[in-house]
Amino acid sequence: MHAETTENTGRKAAALAVFKDLARDPGVPKPDPILVVDNVVRRFGGLTAVEVNHVEIQRGSITALIGPNGAGKTTFFNQLTGFDTADSGSWTFNGRSMNGVPAHKVARAGMVRTFQLTKALSRLTVLENMRLGAQQQKGENFWQALLPSLWRGQEAEITERAEDLLARFKLDAKRDDFAGALSGGQRKLLEMARALMVQPELVMLDEPMAGVNPALTQSLLGHVKDLREQGMTVLFVEHDMDMVRDISDWVIVMAQGAVIAEGPPSTIMSDERVIDAYLGAHHDAPLSEGELEAQLQEAEAALEAEISESEGSGATAPEPASETASETAGPEPEPATATEEEKQK
Amino acid sequence: MDWITIISTTVKAAINVETVLYALAAIGINVHFGYTGLLNFGQAAFMGVAGYGLAVTVTVLGLPFWVGVIVGLISAVIMAILLGIPTLHLRADYLAIVTIAAAEIVRLVFRSVQFKSVFGGSDGRRGFTDGFYALNPFPEGNYGFNLGPVPLFFNSRSMWVLTVGWLLIALCCGLVYLLMKSPWGRVLKAIREDEDAVRSLGKSVFSYKMQSLILGGVIGCLGGFIYGLAYGSVQPDVFGTETTFYLYTMVILGGAARVLGPVVGAMLFWVLLVLLNGVLSEAVGAGVITFIDTNQAGALRYVLVGLGLILLLIFRPQGIFGDKREIAIDAR
Repeated sequence: MHAETTENTGRKAAALAVFKDLARDPGVPKPDPILVVDNVVRRFGGLTAVEVNHVEIQRGSITALIGPNGAGKTTFFNQLTGFDTADSGSWTFNGRSMNGVPAHKVARAGMVRTFQLTKALSRLTVLENMRLGAQQQKGENFWQALLPSLWRGQEAEITERAEDLLARFKLDAKRDDFAGALSGGQRKLLEMARALMVQPELVMLDEPMAGVNPALTQSLLGHVKDLREQGMTVLFVEHDMDMVRDISDWVIVMAQGAVIAEGPPSTIMSDERVIDAYLGAHHDAPLSEGELEAQLQEAEAALEAEISESEGSGATAPEPASETASETAGPEPEPATATEEEKQK
Repeated sequence: MDWITIISTTVKAAINVETVLYALAAIGINVHFGYTGLLNFGQAAFMGVAGYGLAVTVTVLGLPFWVGVIVGLISAVIMAILLGIPTLHLRADYLAIVTIAAAEIVRLVFRSVQFKSVFGGSDGRRGFTDGFYALNPFPEGNYGFNLGPVPLFFNSRSMWVLTVGWLLIALCCGLVYLLMKSPWGRVLKAIREDEDAVRSLGKSVFSYKMQSLILGGVIGCLGGFIYGLAYGSVQPDVFGTETTFYLYTMVILGGAARVLGPVVGAMLFWVLLVLLNGVLSEAVGAGVITFIDTNQAGALRYVLVGLGLILLLIFRPQGIFGDKREIAIDAR
């Protein structure tokens, strides 16, 4: 037990040490990438959903992929895992070219994903869901399926492995229930456990925390960290910045289809480009010349207010300052930015 | 009213040749729809290509009966592959549209004037069953027993067809049971639930769907053989879309994704139809029912069976063997 914990911290430390001296530029090369992506482009009609020039995922780390809504994160996931065909580009997994490889072969190669909208196989039991994840099953061949003696032994091994995993994810009491009868959070757990049945090298989680209650979030976080301790690489999409900060070793930020920044989770949110991507999004609405002017004045007024607030001696100064602010710009844009900031915090 | 005849025909309907051939085709539908979630509305065409494969090989080419059976089986496999390649990538509802169209194309080719020399136009083909009845081990005569006052007898030809038919049903049910208990069947059921999840777990969904389509098609084509052999002929209009709809009715009646569901469904369907037909036409004949004539009685039985189905779907949507919990999940 003790040895295990030291090894655990070792894995995290190793991952962090790798990232320590890396540049913060998009597409920065990593020392030991498991996944290398070049020039992946996906267009839907006139809309360019994904246009990633270069990105590398470090082996044995937990990498978060974040970005505002519509940044193309899930589409990018779909390209990499073969669920959608990229218009152009190439990517390698463990040095093996993966573009144009169908989804099931991507999974067999060791790159397994989960889905944003959980895909539990409702009318199969929890245990059957798990067994399905195992690879190279003899009984999945039509002719061999007819002779149970050929696959019984392997099935027993698979069942044992499935039960171990279910116990780890605290789903063992549910093993004979239909997966459709599980709660949303339990389905997320089941989906992650099922993905592990494939014995992947790279686990790609698409919003693993969406719709999960806070109590379960903690245990899910623990499971994700556990994956790294077992030597797997994790790439996940997430909106919850607390979670990203808690478990990831490295963060990649996407906006409007492109990777705009990379960096460690502690500092990434103070990066200029990231703030622009998140907070600037709401100022993208078409502005007329006059509106632009008004916004500028509002910002200046707010700045002046702040200055006079800190310099002014208490009671007298704040009053006129707040008046000018509300007169020049009106109350609307300012609270909007404030709430956005709060959300990010 | 002649109750003895009504009861006799009704009891016989439970195991008679219609039940056998529909049960076989319905087992095929159950593999497609019940286990894999493939909405194949072209099952009648699988029966058709098998029946015609046999008939044309024997009558037009003059080859022996067994060759005809092999040709029929191969035609069903080829049809499954041709139907599957373009459609199995499509969503379930598109597959339904394409299969129904394909089945109609097959039927219209069989009855076309252009190919009358091969398929016999709308009259179809007859005279290809000698090879089959030459193997009949039952000597001439009637077989059966009296259940009290009710006579239950089949002639030797029917006995031979029914024996072969029920053996085939037992064989197919055994096959489906073994397969659906196995990991292979697990993949099919998983595909029914969510294709993308199965893909993400490293299984080739297309390959499994194709295997399912071929298996169900081949089982369904056995029904086509039984039709041809029992009636001694094949006509194109027998293999129309309503045949497929009856098959779906039987599968749902018995309970989808249950090994014996389609067999019990087919038995019930025919027992109900024959019973209603007997009662209604006897009642009209005896003057008990006066507001319809004998011809209308034939149509009215379908109305009543349809009504029964509606009630079944409301009060027991899982069918006879189904599991209520599964339906509850669907409703979410």
